[in-house]
Amino acid sequence: MTPVDYGAIAPAVIVAALVLVVLIADAFLPARAKWLAMPMSLAGVLAALVATLLLWGETRSTFGGHYVVDNFTVLFQAFFLAAAAVVLAVSLRYMNEGGFYQGEYYFLLLTSFLGCVVMPASRDLLMLFIALELVSAPGFLMAAFRKADIKGNEGGLKFFIIGVLSTAVMLYGMSMIIGLTGATRLDEVAAGLAALGGSARVLADASILFVVVGFAFKVSAVPFQFWAPDTYEGAPVPVAAFLAVASKAAGFAGLLQLMFVAFVTEYAFWVPMFAALSIMTMTVGNLVALKQTQLVRLLAYSGIAQAGYMLLPFALVGADAATNDQAFSAAVTYILIYGVMNLGAFAVATAVSRRHPRLFIADFAGLVKTAPVLAVGMTVFMVSLAGIPPTGGFWAKLIIFQAAIGRGGIGIALAVIMLVNSVISIVYYFAVPRAMIFEEPETDEALRPAWSLTAVVAAAMIALIVIFVIPNAFAELGDLATLNGVAAGG
Amino acid sequence: MTWENSAITITTFLPLVGALAIVCVPKQHDTLIRGLGIVVTGVALVLAAAIALDFDYGTDAIQYGLDVRWIDAIGARYHVGIDGIGLPLYVLTFLLTFLCAIYTWRFVPSPGRTKAFIALMLLLQTGMAGTFISFDLILFFVFWELVLVPMYFLIAIWGSTNREYAAIKFFLFTLFGSIAMLLGFLGMYFQGPDPHTFDMLQIQAYAQAGGFSNGFQLVAFGAVALGLAVKVPMWPLHTWLPDAHTEAPTIGSVLLAGIMLKMGTYGFIRIAIPLLPYGAQKYAPWIGLLSAIAIVYAALACLAQKDLKRLIAFSSVGHMGFVMLGIATLTEIGIQAAIFGMVAHGVITGMLFFCVGSIYDRYHTRQIAEIGGGMAQIMPKMGGIFAFVAIASLGLPGLAGFWGEVMSLLSAFSPNEAAGLDVGLFRIFMVMGGIGTVLTAGYFLWMLQRVNMGTLPEKWQGAGLHDIGSIEWLAWVPLLVLIVALGVFPRLVFGMTDEAVRTMAALLGG
Repeated sequence: MTPVDYGAIAPAVIVAALVLVVLIADAFLPARAKWLAMPMSLAGVLAALVATLLLWGETRSTFGGHYVVDNFTVLFQAFFLAAAAVVLAVSLRYMNEGGFYQGEYYFLLLTSFLGCVVMPASRDLLMLFIALELVSAPGFLMAAFRKADIKGNEGGLKFFIIGVLSTAVMLYGMSMIIGLTGATRLDEVAAGLAALGGSARVLADASILFVVVGFAFKVSAVPFQFWAPDTYEGAPVPVAAFLAVASKAAGFAGLLQLMFVAFVTEYAFWVPMFAALSIMTMTVGNLVALKQTQLVRLLAYSGIAQAGYMLLPFALVGADAATNDQAFSAAVTYILIYGVMNLGAFAVATAVSRRHPRLFIADFAGLVKTAPVLAVGMTVFMVSLAGIPPTGGFWAKLIIFQAAIGRGGIGIALAVIMLVNSVISIVYYFAVPRAMIFEEPETDEALRPAWSLTAVVAAAMIALIVIFVIPNAFAELGDLATLNGVAAGG
Repeated sequence: MTWENSAITITTFLPLVGALAIVCVPKQHDTLIRGLGIVVTGVALVLAAAIALDFDYGTDAIQYGLDVRWIDAIGARYHVGIDGIGLPLYVLTFLLTFLCAIYTWRFVPSPGRTKAFIALMLLLQTGMAGTFISFDLILFFVFWELVLVPMYFLIAIWGSTNREYAAIKFFLFTLFGSIAMLLGFLGMYFQGPDPHTFDMLQIQAYAQAGGFSNGFQLVAFGAVALGLAVKVPMWPLHTWLPDAHTEAPTIGSVLLAGIMLKMGTYGFIRIAIPLLPYGAQKYAPWIGLLSAIAIVYAALACLAQKDLKRLIAFSSVGHMGFVMLGIATLTEIGIQAAIFGMVAHGVITGMLFFCVGSIYDRYHTRQIAEIGGGMAQIMPKMGGIFAFVAIASLGLPGLAGFWGEVMSLLSAFSPNEAAGLDVGLFRIFMVMGGIGTVLTAGYFLWMLQRVNMGTLPEKWQGAGLHDIGSIEWLAWVPLLVLIVALGVFPRLVFGMTDEAVRTMAALLGG
């Protein structure tokens, strides 16, 4: 038995230790000092972030190749930890003023992020499953954290029931795959699947279907999406940010590994499935989003539509390795950029919710006067989500377009459908800046968001512009992840 | 970095830098902001003029070229340069924006917010100028799209009553077209030379060597042309234009008509036709037909307009029809006519929108019936200038509007037969265009009759309608001079374009 590579698992270990520290510290903190859990968590998250970044460029594996650190891992871990820092920064005042159990909240949030951190390093079906559950289970509790709110309870319960159902379906699929191939490591699963023949193959395909359906729930793909808007709306706004960004990205991180490594040989079976999922998800998400009047629900449906764009590269997989690389890179890039713009949008929502807890779009009227930085930031996020220059969202969409057209055949059809959807999406994305800029506020009194929140918004806004100006740096991240990540994992 | 390879980059991005500087100025310093706007656009104009003066007119080569790596991941490069086709439009961009900045010294449309207004105008300028210097498809597309957001806000914040509808309509139409164009670009990238490239010149060389299959060209030309046609706008995709123009503030209309529409026609000349020659030949009769319809339709629509600004907007559709008709003939003379027509239309229609803006500023209405005539009595200078520009617009010989129209019709008389164009068909288009010119003269003269002539209604007597002010003169005189100068000395434009167009025309032979 080879010794454990503690350097490689350091980020996960730090977060795990942090979880325990926060839980214990909370028990000893007096009520008015409970908020101290947040700076503690933030410090720990930043420490983990440093530990992750130190691993950049290395390829290390431990636990018999079931836990691998490569650039794909580091990229996603750094993304999740940065997202954790953002969610923490956004949470402080919201949680402190809202009368929540703060210690428990930070404990649960960090536990979820522990799952996120483990997810991209897991090259094993069981590890992936545990990581995914680690992300989801605390999420059920956090989603229902607004106890006095009936919508919070409804949303939390829906999330729980559907989450458990999807878990069961996924686990069933995984168990059959393990039985068929006798392996849990992703590359061994791939080899095992390739060796199957006849009826066993049919069974394997059915198992893949189960696993995909399970993940489709997690990433809120149509027709498994209906929990998302209710849950986001009912949850505290920072939790909604977590669910919409980190939880979804974690689902995609897992899905990427499964589809591009473990199940890649069976692509002929699952590619049409992803094409259908992608088309339905983006179309339904966009069309329903058009009718939304509440911001979090709007972002929920926008998130569904965006998930459709992220699913598109999966439908481009084929026998050609170059095309697969490009599709993989496109998906990674899109997920990361989506994270930046969506976190920013939720940060603004959190700030506004202090004055308008219901968060109707009409509540954003005149924000440009009461909180100019937030309003400009929100405009950039919406323009970016719509995929219009000069923002990072433009490159994200362009890279998917390029991969799709390069694939030819069905790729062109998908690109055209995505094109039409992108245009539709402008209508609802622009509704928010419209209210902020063209309508008069109820009161001219400045909103005065917390400084941490303003900093997050400004950082996300600048990041999106910088990504637009020098996309090279970011686009290459996706490429590197392709080269080292999949090659080493598979 | 030398002046040679960095001049157009500096000039193009100077307004953007200026916009950022203006954003940093506290909004109380209103005068400083307006002054900065004039200074930035003024310096940019001087730089653009220096480029034009130093330009070698005896060659078709691309000058001031710079080709460096930009985004390796998708194979896009920062390839800029300028040749005789882009140069007149490039200079026009800087001239018109400078004049707009001067005009803004006095007229900031309601609801004020000078800072944001000027910053957006400068951002718009960078986007427009960049379009005319890009030799990489992705770079072109980025500049093309960069124009959308500032124009959206210019219309939606500073426009008149129905501004939001007009702004979103403009945005959606253009964006839908441009995404189709992007798909066409991506198609060219993947079907194009190996290794894949977005470089226009490389793709052009590949296409001229017969690299693209005919079927592909038909599809790709359709996609690219759709995006360009929305911007031009070609009939029947023009419906966003009357709304956008009518609702936009004066500056917005001037820049929209003066430059942004040209981005579409420029795209046809620079990209769609040389890069997809077979597609161009097959689509040319249809483009010619739509252009001929546009000319007649726009003239008839103008006759029915009650709103002065909307009338001018519709006249743009007709004038751009002449430009597109010239392009559709695929001949050297047709392309020359098109470029001349673009410049002339930019100058004349830009000036017309300035006039209409100032008229509205006096009367607070754009309804011809409410103005009720007699403008020449109470504001003789304004009436005179307005009449002069309107007559230039209808194509009177000796003024700028003449050459573009007459050469366009001339080129339709003998279209490029080697490219498989049917002479008889294009002569029908020519006749339609001729009918259009008559109708154009009709609606402009009728407009002048209703606005300038007649007796002044009582309600305007003593309403304090003051004649053209000094700031207006400053902003307008250069355009008025150009209208005459281009009319009597068309070589001002042809001298720039001759060599480049000749080379381009050689690619159209079929």
